[in-house]
Amino acid sequence: MNKRAEQVKKINKELNLFNEIDDAPTSGSGKLKDIAVSVKDCICVKDMESRAGSAILEGYKPVFDATVIEKIRKEGAAIIGKTAQDAFGFGSFSVNVGKGMHIPKNPVDKTRSCGGSSGGAAGITKAADFPHIALAESTGGSIVGPASFCGVIGFCPTYGRVSRYGLMDYANSLDKIGPMAKTMEEIALMMEIIAGYDDKDSTSLDEPVPDYTKALNKSIKGLRVGILKNSFGQGVDIQVAEKVADGIQKLEDQGALLQDIKLPITEKYGVACYYLIAMAEASTNLAKYSGLRYGKQEKIDGTFNEYFKNTRAIFNDESKRRIIIGTFVRMAGFRDAYYIKATKVRTKIIDEYKKAFKKVDVLVSPTMPFVAPKFSEIKKLTPMQHYMADIMTVGPNLAGLPHISIPVGNNKENLPVGMLLIADHLKEETLMQVGNKL
Amino acid sequence: MKIDKSLIEQVAEVARLQLSKADMKNLASDLIEVLDTFSKLKEVDTKNTQSSFQPVPLKNHTRDDIKKECLSQEQALANVKEKKDGYIKGPRVV
Repeated sequence: MNKRAEQVKKINKELNLFNEIDDAPTSGSGKLKDIAVSVKDCICVKDMESRAGSAILEGYKPVFDATVIEKIRKEGAAIIGKTAQDAFGFGSFSVNVGKGMHIPKNPVDKTRSCGGSSGGAAGITKAADFPHIALAESTGGSIVGPASFCGVIGFCPTYGRVSRYGLMDYANSLDKIGPMAKTMEEIALMMEIIAGYDDKDSTSLDEPVPDYTKALNKSIKGLRVGILKNSFGQGVDIQVAEKVADGIQKLEDQGALLQDIKLPITEKYGVACYYLIAMAEASTNLAKYSGLRYGKQEKIDGTFNEYFKNTRAIFNDESKRRIIIGTFVRMAGFRDAYYIKATKVRTKIIDEYKKAFKKVDVLVSPTMPFVAPKFSEIKKLTPMQHYMADIMTVGPNLAGLPHISIPVGNNKENLPVGMLLIADHLKEETLMQVGNKL
Repeated sequence: MKIDKSLIEQVAEVARLQLSKADMKNLASDLIEVLDTFSKLKEVDTKNTQSSFQPVPLKNHTRDDIKKECLSQEQALANVKEKKDGYIKGPRVV
């Protein structure tokens, strides 16, 4: 075992941030030389067990690298391991792990959640005492949410900006890979490496990748900042609102021009619209886990349907819940009222953001309505209360907009607070520019 | 529409999920709560609105018709436990 692996294992022993650790991660030459990179479990790494935090994919070792992995290997990254997550990304607190797997603990306070679903990624980003960048993934807020709870930067690019080839699908029209790091320089560096068109992913965008590092030092004088005023009211922890308001003040002090923005449809219907679409897509994606080609495989017995059902009994409660609800909303007789309706509301939400971005360059709100909750508090939540935690983050994810969570200080209990910044499609540079001023 | 045991059984059958009695009971109450929230989307006027199945407009891409390396049979079967003569063994269909 090399020194880096020893460091990672020591941290992991205390915090359960990894599902798999490489015993001898080695760095090559390139822009990521001597930088350790952790990879969310749902991103395929050749010959390294990759199970998306689930029990059904136990033992699955991909025979290929995801495109993002190919790209970081070319730049010399040392891949240290696969980070813990809610199984398949189904959760906001990383407590919905696969049966028999460990729940990651927040390095700031071990009695609290790292957030989810990229909980392990945020945890190791905070806990690493060596140069490190995480590759995480977001469907409805799974990068910025945990980044906010752990006090690190989480960056989610425009849908299609980064290839999804080799990413295990949760919801294809929503999934994005993005980095987490302690500094904006590291975020910009990683985005320059992983962004760009990939002919293996037909939804990746054929657009030039700008010099993100250059954008970091651009002044924000005259930049138009829209404050999502309704995100500071009811249901939002007052200390969270205050810290984010301080962050906004910092932007104004540096010459940003502030105005209030309202997104009535997104604010009222975003969570319902998001979960409906995400569950519908997830339930189709999970149908591929039949236990014949990879992962957990039962002894071949009975008819195909019986075998299929037996293998799938290992799904955890949240996976079963999403399969049932996602299947229901797509069934004949219910499809138009639920699934198709949600895809139309999604259009209205995208339009609402597009109109807002005619008036402002960036939108601001808290990332999460509260600080990292205790595990004992999470246990008391009903599924719908659990889903409501994502109220600030589902909007930009539904609309495929780039967004970032930046730490803006701690509350009185010393727990980190994150500020969410959203920009228009392909305007990642604006987020680099603003993010570096906080 | 009544969300009861028989409806959940029907959905579970379609989704090929085996549910225990406890699963069934919990899912019924979850489904009621979640669908009640989903139903609120009815309030949004979408009469003249098209569906969005993607958040960003996509361009069609064609690739050049060039032969490329693909996975070998050995690689493709590397994670399969039950296999014979280069095939995946499966349960009987009927």
